[in-house]
Amino acid sequence: MPLAVKTFDQLRDAASALGTDAGARFLGGGTLLMRDINEGDISITTLVRSTDRAFTEIRSSGSRITLGAGVTMSEVAAHPELQYLKPVARTVGGPAIRNMATIGGNLFAFSPYGDFTVAMLALEATVAVQGGYSSRDVPLEEFLATRDRDSKSLVTGVTFRQPDNPTAFHYSKVSRTHPKGASVLSIAAHLPASGNRVSSPRIAYGAMAPTPIRAKAAENALNGKSLDEAGIADALAAATQGCSPASDSIASAWYRNEVLPVYLKRLLLGAPN
Amino acid sequence: MSQVPIQFKLNGQDKAEFIDEAATLLSVLRGKVGITSPKAGCEQGTCGTCSVLIDGELRLSCITLAQTCAGASIETVEGMDTDGKLHPLQQAFLDRFAAQCGFCTTGMLMAAKALLDKNPNPTREEVVDAISGNICRCTGYEPIIEAILDATGGSAGSYRRA
Amino acid sequence: MEFRKDFFADERAEGLKEVGHIRQRQDAVGHVTGRTKFFDDKKTTGLLHLKIVRSPHHHARIRNISTHEAERVPGVVRILRAADVPENIYTMLSLINVGIPDEPALAFDKVRYKGEPIVAVLADSPRTAHEGADKIRIDFEELPAVFDVEEALKPGAPLVNEYHGQNHFDYDGYSHQKVRLGDVERGFQEADHIVDERYQMSPIEHAPTETQGCIAVPSDDDRIDVYSNTQALFFSLDLSALILKMPSNRLHFMGGTVGGGFGGKVDTLVEPLAILGAMMTGKAVRHSFSRRDEMRAGPPRGAERIYIKDGVMNDGRIVARQMRIYFDAGAYSRLSAYGAVKAAAHCPGPYTIANVYVESYCVYTNRTPSTAMRGFGVTGVDFALEVQMDKLARTVNIDPMEFRLINAYRDGDMKAHHKRTEGAALIECVQAVSDLAGWQIDPKYRSYSSRQPGAAPAAAPSPASQPSASAPPPPPPPSSPPPGTTAPSASSRISSMFRRGR
Repeated sequence: MPLAVKTFDQLRDAASALGTDAGARFLGGGTLLMRDINEGDISITTLVRSTDRAFTEIRSSGSRITLGAGVTMSEVAAHPELQYLKPVARTVGGPAIRNMATIGGNLFAFSPYGDFTVAMLALEATVAVQGGYSSRDVPLEEFLATRDRDSKSLVTGVTFRQPDNPTAFHYSKVSRTHPKGASVLSIAAHLPASGNRVSSPRIAYGAMAPTPIRAKAAENALNGKSLDEAGIADALAAATQGCSPASDSIASAWYRNEVLPVYLKRLLLGAPN
Repeated sequence: MSQVPIQFKLNGQDKAEFIDEAATLLSVLRGKVGITSPKAGCEQGTCGTCSVLIDGELRLSCITLAQTCAGASIETVEGMDTDGKLHPLQQAFLDRFAAQCGFCTTGMLMAAKALLDKNPNPTREEVVDAISGNICRCTGYEPIIEAILDATGGSAGSYRRA
Repeated sequence: MEFRKDFFADERAEGLKEVGHIRQRQDAVGHVTGRTKFFDDKKTTGLLHLKIVRSPHHHARIRNISTHEAERVPGVVRILRAADVPENIYTMLSLINVGIPDEPALAFDKVRYKGEPIVAVLADSPRTAHEGADKIRIDFEELPAVFDVEEALKPGAPLVNEYHGQNHFDYDGYSHQKVRLGDVERGFQEADHIVDERYQMSPIEHAPTETQGCIAVPSDDDRIDVYSNTQALFFSLDLSALILKMPSNRLHFMGGTVGGGFGGKVDTLVEPLAILGAMMTGKAVRHSFSRRDEMRAGPPRGAERIYIKDGVMNDGRIVARQMRIYFDAGAYSRLSAYGAVKAAAHCPGPYTIANVYVESYCVYTNRTPSTAMRGFGVTGVDFALEVQMDKLARTVNIDPMEFRLINAYRDGDMKAHHKRTEGAALIECVQAVSDLAGWQIDPKYRSYSSRQPGAAPAAAPSPASQPSASAPPPPPPPSSPPPGTTAPSASSRISSMFRRGR
């Protein structure tokens, strides 16, 4: 069956088309979908696109900011309000990939990819999901847990509250080749300070589970502590709780579990108090 | 597969083609237009041999749906040398022996051009980042990096827009 | 660029016209302008795309293949199976009379590695070829598989390749290649230390940026024009003619432009089926590996497992070296029988050792068949030998550079292969490298020369005789010839053929 392309002005019409055609997939930047097609995935029979402006817009209101699902990594890196995310966006692929890969696509990237989503988890983003003609906001954590069971909805954007202090956001990606390589693991952390203590930290990992995950045990152990050797000890001890990394061509599960606390320690101690 | 019309600029010249609606830009350039400098190395967006500039931005033509390029200006290596005179980057690649088997070379040149068009005086680190999406398996990264740095103001003369 | 003339100056002519001068590559301008024509840049009309259906199993019997559904897929033009291939069972080195046919172009009764080709689908687009391939139905009966070279040689191991009848290549009646000099057991008894180690080299994918591929085009003169990126044009032409049982003058190969090969593009995996497809359909056929094909079914460098047991004296002399090498061919011979010969030929490294005992096996396993890659056979042995040399140096507490100088072979020394060393330059290389690296070596070693007899034990005429530091090189050992030298052995045939070819 030949591959068809359907283009819609409105995102909701695109979502509706996705919902009614089992062979339809939404085409964003193409970095995941087009490679499947080139490799001969004939289960995909329709590419659905949208030229809706909302899909590629960045809108901020107060401290909240919404990134259209079609915003690219290069656009994030270049945006004046998002400079604290530039180090994250710049670890996704090489320059050509960053010009194409989108925020929405990154939510679907298979492990060990999807580093931008790790940052979004640490910022407690919500995902705008269009199912048919109705739209809803879903916490990112919940979205990641259910994304593979829902092929009929369309992600239209992500929204999060920008950190009051951008320097409270930290990110570290461990890879074997530089400057571009897939993750051994990645860590994003939002560590707001209250006095010299951390208040309600949020920590997320990439490549430590089938999807990016929150490190809740480490967060709890770090809450109210200071960012020094003694203060982070409990968080490091709890660092790998809930992790179930894969063994792949980049690293073994054993290795990932072994080095995660090392890199978490570096990230936490490197963070200004 | 139904055909759709598409118009775009290729190396400064207007082009109009009827293409398969789901065709990739790479297959249109190579199969329809007869531009063969972009190569199908992996067709997964991983190796960079299909790199082209679309409206001045580096893109991978193997994973770009051709019809999304309607109205765009596309640049390939075919447009780099003019009137028999090599572009400074091409000359620097020659002088530095930065091409061995040649299969990654055209993509490397596009990645380098994308960098220098926006940043004529890059640091070595910026050059390394600029070609980080392009794989060379003859392990010629060092001469390639040196060539790009040369083209910015070394022996090949200062870089200018082609 | 620096050219050193302080060593062997008398062997170098003055006024060389090319050496020492910078010359541009003849293809460089084509490369930087994008005008170099790779095989896939050939313009054709009515091109058919060939897609291979591959084995999902490491080892399985094929019970049934059904192509009926695939034949009805719109755009599918022709389906090729084993019965369509005139000489389906072949072996690469049969062109030089080495080995026995052991590999099918398309599998029919059995698959022996994951990714082995079974059916070829010819269609009018890549998409329809994939749709056709998706409709091929194959019933398999999975068989126990063996992935480890030593497991494969144990009694009761699954038989990988019936054409050989055992899981190793047969070298004229021997299970392995042999190198013998002196008496290693006696050497071990004399030694102050024994160092016994195991080394493992992984298979390595060449991963050229251009995957292997070709376009076969029927021409008006009753030939098939083949645009190919093979690294061995005439080898691929002859092998295609052999598999297709046709005179080679009906094939017109065009190539010489290879987007990275590194040894991985000599196996002629794409041309025979493309030519067959072109002959059967009268249309141009493109057969190009996808990146996934290249990574999963493309042949890698063969893995090697190497055991080295050395006897070393406190003064740094190695007095005995025993090596056992297992070269992992994967499921089929390809070039591995030759790889194992190269591995044996490289032992015991560029060192003069009086007592040497080497066994080198070419082993079949249910892994992807391996092939040439940048010094295959030799590279793995060098890795193992040089790591071993460092371990030995540490054992006797001698500087690693000096340790190599003590044992380096010199002109006139007897090699393990019963030939006198000529043109040795290891000592001079180590001295030069030490200087460049700022590595201090004792003046005693600085005075060493490849042209003077050394302190190391030159190969003993018999195991009993003791070499002395100042003695001239002893005569060749009068030992009995190693097995297989009375008649031309497979190894000597391979070696001589490849020497002539290169």
